[in-house]
Amino acid sequence: MNRFILPVAVFLGLAALLYIGVRHSPGKNDMPSALIGKPAPAFELPVLGETTRKFSTHEFAGKPWVLNVWGTWCVACREEHEDLMKIAAQKRVPIVGLSYKDDDAAATDWLNQLGNPYTVVAVDKEGRTAINFGVYGAPETFLIDAAGLVQYRLAGPMTPEIWQREFLSRIGGGGPR
Amino acid sequence: MFPEFGQFTLVLALLMAAAQAFFGLLGPHLGNHRYMGVVRPAVAGQFVLVSASIGVLIHAFVSFDFSVEYVANNSNSALPTFYRVAAMWGAHEGSLLLWGWILALWTLAVAGFSRNLPASFASRVMGVLGVVSFGFLLFMLCTSNPFSRLPAEMIPADGRDLNPVLQDPALAIHPPLLYMGYVGMSVAYAFACAAMLEGKLDQTWARWTRPWTTLAWCFLSVGIALGSWWAYYELGWGGYWFWDPVENASFMPWLVGTALIHSLAVTEKRGLFKSWTLLLAILAFSLSLLGTFLVRSGVLVSVHSFAADPSRGMFILGFLIVMIGGALGLYAWRAPLLKSQAGFEGTAREAFLLYNNIALVLAALVVLIGTLAPLVNDALGLKSISVGPGWFSRSFPYLAMILLALVAVGIHSAWKRGRLGEHTNRLWIGVGVALALGLAVVFVVFGAGKWQSTLGIVLGIWVIVSSLFDPIDRWRRKLTLSRAVIGMTLAHIALGVNVIAISTVESYTIERDVAVGLGESVTLGRYAYRFDKLEPMEGPNYDGVRAEITVLRDGQPVTVLHPEKRNYWVARATQTEAGIHSSPGGDLFVALGEDLGAGRWSLRAQVRPLIDYVWLAAGLMALGGALAASDRRYRSRQAAEGTTAATSTAQAT
Repeated sequence: MNRFILPVAVFLGLAALLYIGVRHSPGKNDMPSALIGKPAPAFELPVLGETTRKFSTHEFAGKPWVLNVWGTWCVACREEHEDLMKIAAQKRVPIVGLSYKDDDAAATDWLNQLGNPYTVVAVDKEGRTAINFGVYGAPETFLIDAAGLVQYRLAGPMTPEIWQREFLSRIGGGGPR
Repeated sequence: MFPEFGQFTLVLALLMAAAQAFFGLLGPHLGNHRYMGVVRPAVAGQFVLVSASIGVLIHAFVSFDFSVEYVANNSNSALPTFYRVAAMWGAHEGSLLLWGWILALWTLAVAGFSRNLPASFASRVMGVLGVVSFGFLLFMLCTSNPFSRLPAEMIPADGRDLNPVLQDPALAIHPPLLYMGYVGMSVAYAFACAAMLEGKLDQTWARWTRPWTTLAWCFLSVGIALGSWWAYYELGWGGYWFWDPVENASFMPWLVGTALIHSLAVTEKRGLFKSWTLLLAILAFSLSLLGTFLVRSGVLVSVHSFAADPSRGMFILGFLIVMIGGALGLYAWRAPLLKSQAGFEGTAREAFLLYNNIALVLAALVVLIGTLAPLVNDALGLKSISVGPGWFSRSFPYLAMILLALVAVGIHSAWKRGRLGEHTNRLWIGVGVALALGLAVVFVVFGAGKWQSTLGIVLGIWVIVSSLFDPIDRWRRKLTLSRAVIGMTLAHIALGVNVIAISTVESYTIERDVAVGLGESVTLGRYAYRFDKLEPMEGPNYDGVRAEITVLRDGQPVTVLHPEKRNYWVARATQTEAGIHSSPGGDLFVALGEDLGAGRWSLRAQVRPLIDYVWLAAGLMALGGALAASDRRYRSRQAAEGTTAATSTAQAT
């Protein structure tokens, strides 16, 4: 008799495991990244709309900042844009945009039309910086702390809830400065 | 056509599936023939409705309807028509729709070919399939609607384009074939559930189930092989198998399915292994579903869709629990009632098939453990214990070797009483020929390699030689060779060929990743690859460069290869097209790597002996299966009708 019950028992164990698996990864947003807790890859890239200036990650050494990878060709980036505008209005941390494999003119148009939530937009035409960050698509958002370590990676569109739950909680500190 | 129309027909199909499930299961339970009469029309209606949905989605793709989110994300105005149609199943939502349609197709086939079966049994089979279909359609409508529209202000002027990796002719046929296999296993599952609900499982049941299972297994074989071949020439890695979770997801049902078709043979011929056969039928489909879960829920691999919500994983998990848990629960309750009467000896064919079954299931288990290990680590909070390709290559080949030896010996054994003694000479001739031929090939043609490869080649030859004895014997004695025998022989020869090919590839591949400039050469054994030319090129929705590489063998030009590196404009991805020259002896392979500047490029050059036989063998295996499934005894009306007649002929053969 027992040998007939065994399969269903094993399966229930497996189901429990899968349940934990699903709970552990709410969607694909909370993507494990090899970078979590490690120093964010440093980069120096041209700034969108300014031919002479370059942006370097050293500019934010000693304070937390957010890197948002986006492109005008990406539907989900458009989805999150409005929320990014609201988040930028809180002025909690600088948001650096990484214009990912995009056309500069299209990117500038987009920001003129929809508003610019970014403190600065770095241009990653070849996508090499994005590769260093392990980006596999846009949008993705990284939280880098004051020590320069990656604290969190979000793959997929930003929402106010995720901002509240995953980003603000990690930034800590008092109210809006 | 409005996309909403497709959604509407999908909702109607869901209702049809509900009717099919409800009346199909309740009718036999109450003995109500009017209820059972509803089932076949529901099946037909469901097929028409899901087909209409598919038609609407394909139309949306072909006519560039970017207001549909799925189309906007997976198509582009520059995408050629052929790929616009194939793009329909290029991502999550559409591939689910394809899954649903193929299920409707299989169910339709069952409805059409089950008229000789007892009405209550056929009704139950279709009822169970109705439950499966209901769950899938509900999943699609709740979490993955392919027809959902973008708000007007978000409709893009042009689409994001289909993932360039998927822009290949093999994509057009690989997923449908694979799904034919995956979903086809649902028929065996439904037959098993129906038998348990009836509380009756005899040799006729196995006879009904066998051709369906074999056919699904054939599709699965071809689908897997095609996917592997596609990865070989499209991904530019130059290998045939990577133990990737998605590959494993298709391989596990194949392994268990292989066990199932052999176990069914025993149940049909001898009325044994009944509960084991039932369990395998449930497991084969469960692993298909699990594969879908792993690939689609984002638990293990990151899928490309960002519109993901966690509800998807939960929904599939719930569905798994109902379908697998339900069936296994039914099994725990009903299987003890199914007693096998006859016994057999430890060296009889039944015994060897049982050992084989165990080896196959263990192999599937090894793959399952390797695939789920990251998940277990995660759940237990362990820091990743690496279970990479190492796990698979350390365990799988050895199980496969045991399996091959069992095949080579087991082929000679007879049903019921295993007088292996009668065939001792065959056994020794087989071993002798295999050893002589295998060692000759290894040491004369290739030169010594890994011992595993030598053993693999010998075992492969042994399986081929062993499987030839019986058909040759029958042919010499002027006995008829049924399609079942020819098919089985063909499939076993294919297994041998496959193993020889894999062993050879594993040991005698020469590969080098090098940086070369124009005019320079790289040497691989007797071959030299000379980098002759690099020119720009343009396709319908990409541009790129094309290299010309001349391959010389002992200084004589053999062929000119043209590997490409493409930049897809819209998807903004680069894609490698390997240059491959195939010949009966093996492949000459070259892929373009990175532009290193100053006219230098990194090249991946390989010489892979016999690699094409890995896939050809899979095709041959499937052909063997198809022949066996079309054997006369499955088609004859009489055989299906009279249980007693069938049983006696079964024992006579």
